[in-house]
Amino acid sequence: MNVPTMAEMMAQGKQPEVLFWVGCAGSFDDRAKKITKAFVKILNNANVSFAVLGTEESCSGDPAKRAGNEFLFQMQAMTNIEILNAYEVKKIVTACPHCFNTIKNEYPELGGKYQVMHHTQFLKSLLDEGKITVSGGSYKGKKITFHDPCYLGRANSVYEAPRELLKKLEVELVEMKRCKTNGLCCGAGGAQMFKDAEKGDKEINVERTEEALELKPKIIATGCPFCNTMMTDGVKAKNSEENTEVLDIAEMIANASDL
Amino acid sequence: MQYIPNIIFAILLAFAGIFFAKNVKKLIRNIKLGKDLNRSDRKSERWKNMTMLALGQSKMTKRPIAGLLHIVVYVGFIIINIEVLEIILDGLLGTHRIFSPLGKMYNFLIGTFEILAFMVLFSVIVFWIRRQILKIPRFWNKEMKSWAKNDALYILYFEMVLMSLFLLMNAADYNLQQLNAEHYTHAGSFPVSQYLAPMLSGLSQGSLILIERSAWWLHIIGIFIFLNYLYYSKHLHILLAFPNTYYANLEAKGKFTNDKNVTTEVKMMLDPNADPYAMPEEPAEGEVPEKFGASDIFDLNWTNILNAYTCTECGRCTSVCPANITGKELSPRAIMMKTRDRVEEVGKNIDTNGSFKDDQKQLLNDYITPEELWACTSCNACVEECPINISPLDIIMQMRQYLVMEQSAAPQELNMMMTNIENNGAPWQYNQMDRLNWKDE
Repeated sequence: MNVPTMAEMMAQGKQPEVLFWVGCAGSFDDRAKKITKAFVKILNNANVSFAVLGTEESCSGDPAKRAGNEFLFQMQAMTNIEILNAYEVKKIVTACPHCFNTIKNEYPELGGKYQVMHHTQFLKSLLDEGKITVSGGSYKGKKITFHDPCYLGRANSVYEAPRELLKKLEVELVEMKRCKTNGLCCGAGGAQMFKDAEKGDKEINVERTEEALELKPKIIATGCPFCNTMMTDGVKAKNSEENTEVLDIAEMIANASDL
Repeated sequence: MQYIPNIIFAILLAFAGIFFAKNVKKLIRNIKLGKDLNRSDRKSERWKNMTMLALGQSKMTKRPIAGLLHIVVYVGFIIINIEVLEIILDGLLGTHRIFSPLGKMYNFLIGTFEILAFMVLFSVIVFWIRRQILKIPRFWNKEMKSWAKNDALYILYFEMVLMSLFLLMNAADYNLQQLNAEHYTHAGSFPVSQYLAPMLSGLSQGSLILIERSAWWLHIIGIFIFLNYLYYSKHLHILLAFPNTYYANLEAKGKFTNDKNVTTEVKMMLDPNADPYAMPEEPAEGEVPEKFGASDIFDLNWTNILNAYTCTECGRCTSVCPANITGKELSPRAIMMKTRDRVEEVGKNIDTNGSFKDDQKQLLNDYITPEELWACTSCNACVEECPINISPLDIIMQMRQYLVMEQSAAPQELNMMMTNIENNGAPWQYNQMDRLNWKDE
């Protein structure tokens, strides 16, 4: 796996086309690391000129801001922006809708203006440019439902890129009743990922997973490491691991191409 | 003597007008209790938003039954207002059906009003059935008690009575026209009330006139009362939906506001040339130091308060809120209702004392609890769902900011998460130097 850092690239006097913003989950969470690697494999395979910040990357500040700590958020944002601007980054791709949203929408006012893409959008563009081919492989004809991450869907109106990739995977895409603009949150947003839920009669991820499982899908596809965790936990809670898998679209594309 | 009805009518009209104007003034004053926020940009997008959402009701039909019935009531309301204009002119001038010289056009108009009135009556009855018989859950959440519940029903009863009076008035008029009664010119077509007319046909001319006049007076007095009921009611949305959609947020829903004061402070901290021992600037005399986030309605911005007055408590937001669906305390609708209640309380305080006198209360804790605020996933479902772009989320986030930045009152796990971000640049306790380890695992 070839994962150059911005520092290495700079030392060689090179400027990558795109910065891959890995994010905290993608860097540290065992499940999300698999998504990161799958995405890198696709990038390598397509000979995309990219780099990561590596140890110079730090939390985008999204959970701090959503938890109400504006000060910590802006500290994080401005430190990151300083580094990104020092490397003259123009284009950023990330597999985390939370980083995607924050960098795309909240960084510009603080001096960080970049073209920001979610990895499903980026993969779609690679596909359109003919840099990658996607075919069904083992997923062909399988029943799959897509869970819309809130920060990709409602927050930024990206609904089609992930679905178009799924269509290329030749799956049988079945939609949950609450999809796209009506999508139900997995329960992790707004910094909920890092705390227990308030008193209630059900966990949100269970509510959402039940809805997905009603369709009896082979796979619940997502595009967010936090949704992935929540849905995976939900599937476990419903004892359905044997029938249903939770996968990121990048993982599916990498698997389908035997990467 | 013959001018007495005209004079009474003019007095009633003036009273209704003055009282309404007074309430509008109060409403504007209360909305301005919120902080300033510039929403005068991007005018063409704003007009478009208002045209599509308020005038065109484009998001209402997302729920087809309620949406279509609502459009009927809305169209009926607007068009029947042309008839109200005639009623007012008749009332002031002592005429009867002053527009009747319009001839065929007049017949067409009255016919249309009748059909609309009937459709409105039908829709309102269905609304009542949905609330009271079918007990659709979003009308029965816990915040929909006492006044909130009654308010909704009063509005429906009001509309039922107004429409019935209108049809009854026409039915009596129709009979009087058949009898060639004096004053009652042959005018109008009565596609609905002609079926009511036979019920009155045995009555004497005097009784018919009594019924027609009573219905006429009650109808217009009812409208005057309804007009002035608005300010106290969730029904205010019929007016405020327009400014509310015009001034709504146009940014991507995921974009939360960056606090400018924080930006200044953070910039100073990160500036290598800044003097680390510099004393912070003393606030000028009488200037209150800027507070982070919102604990009361004065800290919110004016669009939040406009939102609260505009909310008609339909509960679509709450019915899609993941926290509410799973039994948490949070209900986005209740956030709006509580904000309005507090604004009203502050408004009354100002009415009594001339200016706001500290009442040892605030929006936080006395109305909205931290438990509600912390249950939000910021998923924007409520914002997306609102047919007129109200944002409960914006209020929730400002209040969370107050809890964390002014009171350090975040849940313990969130404090740990934030400490981790501060120390090692990730919400978990991992070393920043290990960020690229995945590459070789």
